[in-house]
Amino acid sequence: MALSTPATIGGGTAADITRALTKRTIDVKSKVVEFLLLGSLALTLLVLLILMIDLIQRSWSVWTDRPWSFLTGTLNSQNAAAGGIGQAIRGTILLSIIVVLVAFPLGVACAVYLEEYAGRSRFARITRINVRNLAGVPSIVYGILGLAIFVKAMGGLTGGSSVISGGLALSALVLPIIVITASEALRAVPRSIREGALGVGATEWETVRSHVLPAAAPGILTGTMLSLARAAGEAAPILLVGAATGLLRTGQQSILEQLQGGFTALPVVIFSYARQPSDDFRALTAAASLVLLVVVLLMNGIAIWLRNRYEQKW
Amino acid sequence: MTVVTSSAAPIDLTTNPRRHRKDVAARWVFRVGAWTTFLVTILILLTLVVDAWDFVSKLLDEPGGLARLTDIGWFPRRGLYDIGTLVIGTLLVTGIAMLVAVPLGLGVAVYLAEYAPRRVRRVVKPAVELLAGIPSVVLGYFAIATINPQFVTRVFSSADKAFTLMAAGIAVGILTIPIIATVAEDALRAVPMALREASFGLGAHRLQSTFQIVFPAAISGIVAAVILGISRAVGETMVVAIAAGAVGGGLRSWDPLHPGQTMTAAMAALGFGSDQVAGDNLAFQSLYFIGLLLFFMTFVLNVVSDLLVRRVREEY
Repeated sequence: MALSTPATIGGGTAADITRALTKRTIDVKSKVVEFLLLGSLALTLLVLLILMIDLIQRSWSVWTDRPWSFLTGTLNSQNAAAGGIGQAIRGTILLSIIVVLVAFPLGVACAVYLEEYAGRSRFARITRINVRNLAGVPSIVYGILGLAIFVKAMGGLTGGSSVISGGLALSALVLPIIVITASEALRAVPRSIREGALGVGATEWETVRSHVLPAAAPGILTGTMLSLARAAGEAAPILLVGAATGLLRTGQQSILEQLQGGFTALPVVIFSYARQPSDDFRALTAAASLVLLVVVLLMNGIAIWLRNRYEQKW
Repeated sequence: MTVVTSSAAPIDLTTNPRRHRKDVAARWVFRVGAWTTFLVTILILLTLVVDAWDFVSKLLDEPGGLARLTDIGWFPRRGLYDIGTLVIGTLLVTGIAMLVAVPLGLGVAVYLAEYAPRRVRRVVKPAVELLAGIPSVVLGYFAIATINPQFVTRVFSSADKAFTLMAAGIAVGILTIPIIATVAEDALRAVPMALREASFGLGAHRLQSTFQIVFPAAISGIVAAVILGISRAVGETMVVAIAAGAVGGGLRSWDPLHPGQTMTAAMAALGFGSDQVAGDNLAFQSLYFIGLLLFFMTFVLNVVSDLLVRRVREEY
C-alpha cells in the first residue's frame, strides 16, 4: 500500500489545494438561505408597518373631522357619527389602576417569597410550576373565572358586572406575568448585595426592602409595564365579565357607584364596533384600534427600552 | 495554645423585638402573595369542573343525553352541542396559524441568533418583541378589514367575502410569530459557541453549521417554541370571534374558506350573549364544558413545551 504524500491528496497537487482554499467562490445555496431568513424577518416587521398604515388610512376621516368629539364622546352603537371612546378610555384607565393595585403587590410579594425566602424548597418548586401553568392559561378562561367568582359568587361585593370584577379578572390574568418577570429581576441581584446587608445585622425584611428590591426595581417595573400593556389590550376576559357594548348610562355617581356600575373598555369597544355591519363604523373601529395600538405599543416599547437599558448592571 | 476565656458579660444577640416582629410580618405578607397564585388555580379548576359536571349531568337528564355532544351541528340555542364542529374549527385555525407562524417565526429566530450582526440584532429584536404587544382585537379587525378582502378573497376566488377561517388563521399566525421567534431564538443561543467553532474549524460554512449542528442541538427548544405557539393559537379568542363569522352551524366542515366557529369563539359568543342565550340555562353552561376542554388542551401543550425547554437547559 502506497502512502500518499501531502502533495497528492485526492489526486490534486499542493498548488491545486491552495487554490481551492483561497479562491473566492459564491456559495449560492448559502446566499439563498440567508436571503430567505432575512426575508422572513422583513415580512414579519412589514406586517406591523402595514397594520399601522392601514389603520391610519382608514381612520383618517375621524382624525380630520372630529378628533376631539371622538376621543371624549360616549359609546354609541346606533349612530356612527356620534360615537366616541371617552367612556372606553376612562374604563381602560380604571381597569389598569385596579390591576396595578391588586396584581402588582401580590405578584411582587409572591416573587419575593419564591426568590428570597422559599429558595429551593418543595413549596417554591410547586409554586413555580403553578405560576408557569397559569401564564399559559388562555385569557378567556380568566373570563370564566371572573364571571363565576367575581360577578356571581361575589356579586354583592363587586356589584356584578362592574369595573371591580373586570379589574380583578385582569389582575388574575397578569399575576403570573408579574411573578415571572419579578422573579427574574430578583434572581439577577447578586448574592453579595444580600450578604452585605445581612452581614451588618439587617433582618431578612430589611435586606429585601433596602437592598434587594431597589436593585431589582427596573426589572420589576419592566414586567409590570408589560403586564399592564397586556391587560389594556385584552378583551375576552372583560367581555365575559360583562363590559357594556351598547349604550352606557352616565351621570353623577359616587365613586363607589361608578366602581360597581357598568363599564366598558377600549378593546371591548373595538370588538363591538368591528361587528357593526355598516361601513360608517369602519373608520371608528380603525380609529379606536389605532388609539389602543399606540398606547399598548408605547407601553411595550418603554418596557423593552427600560429592560435593555438596565440589563446587566452588575 | 491557650484558650481565651472572656470574663465580660455575654453579648445579647437577640434582635430588637420590634425589628423581629416586622421581619416575621413581612414573611407572612410575602407568603400570602405566593398562596394567591394557588388560590387562582384552585378557583379556575373548581369553577370549570363543577360547572362542566353540572352541564353534563343536566344533559344526561334531557332527551338525547350525551348524544347531543356528538350529533352534528353546534346550535346551543336548539340544544345541539357538537364539540366536534368546534374542535375542527380550532384545528383549522391553529393549522393555518402554524403554516404562517412556524416558517416565519423560525426564520426570524435563526436569522437573529446565527446571522444578524450585533447592531442589527439590537434594533430588530425589540421590534419583533413589540409585535407581541399587538392587542388581539386590533388584529381581529385587521383580519376582516384587510386580510380577508385584500388577500384571502384575491388568492382564493371561492372564499367567503366577509368572514373566513383562513383570514382568522392568518391573523392568529401573526400573533404567534413573536412567541415562536423569541423562544426558538433563546434555544438557539443556548447552544454553546464551542459547537459552532468546532464546526467552522472543520471547514463547514455558516449554512452547514446552522442547519446541521446548531439547529439539531437546539431541536427540543425549537419544538417547545412551536408547541407553545400552538397552545397560544388554540387559546386565542378575539381574532376568531371577530374574523371567523361565529357561525357554528356547519356540518363539521373542513373548509377554511368559509365562516366557522372555534372553541374559544363559541365560548365568547355564549359568554357575551351574541348567541342570544340568556342567563343560566343549559346552553349557557356548555360554556364551562368547552372551557374545561380548552383548559386541558392548553395545559397539556404547555407542560410538554415546558419539559422540552428544561431539557435544553440541562444539557448545556
